[in-house]
Amino acid sequence: MAIEFKPSPSLPPPSNAVGPVAWVRKNFFSSPLNIFLTFFSFYILYLLIPPALEWAIFNATWEGTSKAACTAGGACWAFIRVRFDQFMYGLYPATEYWRVNVAAILLVVLVGMFAIKAINKLLLSIAIIVVYPIIAYFLFAGGILGLEVVETSLWGGLFLTMLLGIIGIVASFPLGIILALGRQSKMPVAKSVCVIFIETIRAVPLITILFMASVMIPLFLPDGMNFNKLLRVLIGITLFSAAYMAEVIRGGLQAIPKGQYEAADAMGLTYWQSMILVILPQALKLVIPGIVNTFIGLFKDTTLVYIVGMFDFLGIIQMANHDANWLGTTTEGYAFAGFVYWAICFGMSRYSMAVERKLDTGHKRN
Amino acid sequence: MTEQNMALAQLEPGEEAIIQFSDVNKWYGEFHVLKNINFSVKKGERIVVCGPSGSGKSTMTRCINRLEEHQKGQILVDGIEMNDNLKNIEAIRKDVGMVFQHFNLFPHLTILENLTLAPIWVRKMPKKEAEAMAMHYLERVKIANQALKYPGQLSGGQQQRVAIARGLCMKPRIMLFDEPTSALDPEMIKEVLDVMIQLADEGMTMVCVTHEMGFAKTVADRVVFMDAGEIVEANTPHEFFENPQHDRTQLFLSQILNH
Repeated sequence: MAIEFKPSPSLPPPSNAVGPVAWVRKNFFSSPLNIFLTFFSFYILYLLIPPALEWAIFNATWEGTSKAACTAGGACWAFIRVRFDQFMYGLYPATEYWRVNVAAILLVVLVGMFAIKAINKLLLSIAIIVVYPIIAYFLFAGGILGLEVVETSLWGGLFLTMLLGIIGIVASFPLGIILALGRQSKMPVAKSVCVIFIETIRAVPLITILFMASVMIPLFLPDGMNFNKLLRVLIGITLFSAAYMAEVIRGGLQAIPKGQYEAADAMGLTYWQSMILVILPQALKLVIPGIVNTFIGLFKDTTLVYIVGMFDFLGIIQMANHDANWLGTTTEGYAFAGFVYWAICFGMSRYSMAVERKLDTGHKRN
Repeated sequence: MTEQNMALAQLEPGEEAIIQFSDVNKWYGEFHVLKNINFSVKKGERIVVCGPSGSGKSTMTRCINRLEEHQKGQILVDGIEMNDNLKNIEAIRKDVGMVFQHFNLFPHLTILENLTLAPIWVRKMPKKEAEAMAMHYLERVKIANQALKYPGQLSGGQQQRVAIARGLCMKPRIMLFDEPTSALDPEMIKEVLDVMIQLADEGMTMVCVTHEMGFAKTVADRVVFMDAGEIVEANTPHEFFENPQHDRTQLFLSQILNH
């Protein structure tokens, strides 16, 4: 009779391989170089953190109506407090701020509704992508239901930055997908159109495109035909970003093994079915870091609209710095701008990591 | 090819072919990969295609559902000619299931979703019905308890059985197997072959590229041996293994059987 094979039991790892002490030893003090780097880093932090805290918090001035009130030697946050509304809404009339707030809250609520399981995600997406922009437009611009008309030239501050950023992101993403698929297409005309578009746009600085949008396009349009500068700038930003997005997504498409395309073909799926159901979900998941990279880049690039005379968040802060009452508050202004951009971009980055984890089916592809 | 074998690659007059290759030629660039392939398969026949690597056996099989295009000659599948007409290709692909060497399951979908994808989108079957059918086929390949897992969580043998079930979900008239056991660990080959044998016993028309000579002996109606893009010999398994006509075939058999 054969001997029965019994696998040996699994034992716990030795105690010096786990726990906080082991962690510190492994990560901070594993080698002489590592020990040196640990102490050096702590020394740098010691040099930087206390003065920064002193300036930003302990010696800061929070109240006041002009730079003269800031005598404590630290940051003059009173400047940000007094100008806060303007930083948020630009030159939008103060009595109409609620319209922007309502639109913002509505958007947050709608997006938040994705968390509710029982809701039809398709209908919700349509509501956000089709219905919401119409409502938001009329809230912002007015002109119906007795809402006062607010010219787009008055839109500004963080409101304008978010508007450009969100519309740019939402519009450039599908356009980027189409361009990427077009560039991979076997149809020569579609392919060359996409290649020429991508290569042209990527070869031109965004500033040039914004100038074209705001200054040159009106010259080419026939008399009497003109459309809003904000819209032109939006189109410029969207096209610019879409070209980059297309290349990121193409990278994802190329990473999908040929077998996936073949399996989809072999079961009789049409081109669009296999792209939408099989290829894109995998390709987009692979390039989430690149996509978010492009989104963050686009969001920060919206600051360039300053040079075509629009006062986005950074632009309005720069303008406020020139106020005679607040001369010398440049540092505070930029620190605040930097913090807000950082918070938003960091949020996007964390969100993307969460999405990546959620979509991770956890296992290598075949 | 001898006259006698030539006849065996073809059919008797009056028999109806479900797959018919007539003078099929294919090139990859300058490389002549399929040379004058004449070959037919009748309904319910089990064909095993073997040969050294690079002999064109996979390419020939993949021409049947036009994963590869041929440049000369004619391929009829179920009476429909495979050409640039997308409608024809889509129609044929609905009726021809395929199992790949590397399984090619969709890693972002669960096993159940892998199986129901084509029935729902190509056959326009209601989701509930498609799921019930998918579970039926998963039972048959003895893997129903894994339905909600992702492909990456399954072993190679399990994945390949899922891939077979996925092919069957389209209720195909023909199943193509492209080296279905070549990427598997030795212990998993049998579980996949068992499923294929069961399928063969039920009368499915099968074209199977494989090096599993045991499978060929038990299951095949005919064994087709290819080398350098040509069909060298086609015969019943008994004749093929006991009495190979061609010296190339004898060499091949001696190399794979005696090691």
